[in-house]
Amino acid sequence: MKKSKWFSILSIGSSFLLMMLLIAASVRYGYQQTSFSQILHSFTSFNGSNAHLVIQSVRIPRALIAAAVGASLAVAGVLMQTLTKNPLASPSIFGVNAGAGLAVVIAVTVFNVTSLQAFALLAFLGAGVAIVTVFGLGSLDRKGLSPLQLTLAGAAMTALFSSVTQGLLVLNESALEQVLFWLAGSVQGRDIELLWTTLPYIAIGFALALFFAPSFNVLAMGDDVANGLGVKTGMLKVWIGIIVILLAGGSVAIAGPIGFIGIMIPHLARKWIGIDHRWLIPLSAFLGANLLLLADIMARYIIMPQEIPVGVMTALIGTPIFIYIARKVGTSS
Amino acid sequence: MKRFVPIRIGKNAVSFLLDKLTVLRVTIALIVTVAVFLISLGLGEVWVPPQEIIPVLFGGGDPFNQLIIRDFRLPRILIALLVGVALAVAGALLQGMVRNPLASPDIIGISGGASVFVVGFLVLFSDSNGALTVSIQWLPVAAFLGALLAAVLVYSFSWKNGLSPVRLVLIGIGLSMFMNACTTLLMLIGPIYRASQANIWITGSVNGSTWGQVWILFPWVLVLFILSLFMARHVNLLELGEDVSKAMGSRISKQRIGILLLSTGLVGGSVAFAGGIGFVGLMAPHLARKLIGSSYGSLIPMSAIIGAALVMLADLIGRLIAAPLEVPAGVFTAAIGAPYFIYLLFKERSRK
Repeated sequence: MKKSKWFSILSIGSSFLLMMLLIAASVRYGYQQTSFSQILHSFTSFNGSNAHLVIQSVRIPRALIAAAVGASLAVAGVLMQTLTKNPLASPSIFGVNAGAGLAVVIAVTVFNVTSLQAFALLAFLGAGVAIVTVFGLGSLDRKGLSPLQLTLAGAAMTALFSSVTQGLLVLNESALEQVLFWLAGSVQGRDIELLWTTLPYIAIGFALALFFAPSFNVLAMGDDVANGLGVKTGMLKVWIGIIVILLAGGSVAIAGPIGFIGIMIPHLARKWIGIDHRWLIPLSAFLGANLLLLADIMARYIIMPQEIPVGVMTALIGTPIFIYIARKVGTSS
Repeated sequence: MKRFVPIRIGKNAVSFLLDKLTVLRVTIALIVTVAVFLISLGLGEVWVPPQEIIPVLFGGGDPFNQLIIRDFRLPRILIALLVGVALAVAGALLQGMVRNPLASPDIIGISGGASVFVVGFLVLFSDSNGALTVSIQWLPVAAFLGALLAAVLVYSFSWKNGLSPVRLVLIGIGLSMFMNACTTLLMLIGPIYRASQANIWITGSVNGSTWGQVWILFPWVLVLFILSLFMARHVNLLELGEDVSKAMGSRISKQRIGILLLSTGLVGGSVAFAGGIGFVGLMAPHLARKLIGSSYGSLIPMSAIIGAALVMLADLIGRLIAAPLEVPAGVFTAAIGAPYFIYLLFKERSRK
């Protein structure tokens, strides 16, 4: 179904507006009561009061991180699904999160690393290794793995990584305390510095994704068609791998494992705007940001004053949708 | 000399062909497993030679050896054995039911459901001092309920004009991620020492097993194992496909529910005492099928033997590799099982 250009622009524009609103709401609402005028004043005349401190040092980083992480996870999901032609492909299903988790836990237990910055770097590495492994498995020869088999391979890798992770944590209980919250996936309590160091990678990932969007459209028609139309599919797939490592690795580095966004959002966005990647990628990015912002706001209210890690929230929201998609996939194959 | 001997007990209850070659191979596997059992009794912080183990088992021997073997090692090794049997038989039954060699209780989320309930049990029923407010005896019941709930959910979500194995596995993967999220949430809500307890348990460990646990698990596994043998001939038919087994007069839906209940019971029992020891339910039936073919009358016992050996070996390695610390057995079963699983995927692919 062809959607008009104006419809696409309107959709992307409105989801961008919604994102702005949700960022504002994310800064405004929470355990510490604040108001919009306080938010404004904290920029214009910062007075060191409790509310201003919370806004500037906790809420704003948190909202920005949620938006960035949600957007990159969603776009990573779009690209993985295009590459593998598998509607269930996404960072969490393919073991990227578990790989990053394992890298961080090895760092803590074996090398006694404690800084969040180092966590981020290692998570990046772990995510990269996991992505290369799963894609490598998928392209060992021309026949490759079917979408279902690739999903299963991802699940097996996840199981392997997470049981080694747990084994290491059993041997070292104090490490468990340090990493448990990271392992649950959260955008809270993350230093804004972490975002600034990771942002360049994520930005490059987005830029590359948009740059290659027309080629993705051709690739989505199948490898043979794409080859026939003169797209160098091999090279393009390598690029997709790099973009996914930048986006998924970057987001897991900041927030820890957050699942299901990479499955849900591309699906939703495709329904909304069609399969043209030039529109699909920006729309997915904004929708992903919106979903994570919303999940993060909800996570503050459900068992107040405690917070649910947002990774748990997205799993709770995402499972029904995953089941819906899996029922469709399972029927067609 | 005939190669096959038919075995029938009662009118319709137990019936299968016995292959003499199979009998030989099962016997060899049994001997290997007994050897693993004895070695595992002997090895550890203190080495007890085999000739001293046998008298201890029969009530004699050196009092020090008696203490080590009877009080420390025997219960955990027996639990490992029973858990291996339970998981392997559950896996074999499930694989037959969904006609997919990749189905196993941990992949389709049944173990995950049990984990949620057990961690929930540990967190909800402990007071501020960390003591449990209800008897630990209820733990297996919680695990069983969790496993059952997960099985029912997976089964009903993947039902859509019949049961497609592919859908079952995919939905299982999704649900186990959901269960993981719930487990993490419960661990975060509860106190940290409960979390580390739960963590050991999720990975799957038989450390600290007691005779009391052995006496609860043993009858449970024994009864379900015998019931599984009765199920064997139905599973044989189900494996031929829905149409064939319907034509042969199988009551497919009833039998599927029966098989699901059996494997849930087996998984629940093992998860309650040893946690999430993964991939045994996948590997053991596979290896068994390679060795003796896929007739369920002999496949179930063979899987059980191999499963027992696998878990005992994993436990043994876990005890020795980082002594005096204990690495949970589940780490090793996953370390062997996950690559094996991926290997199976590749083999399936080339067959197409």
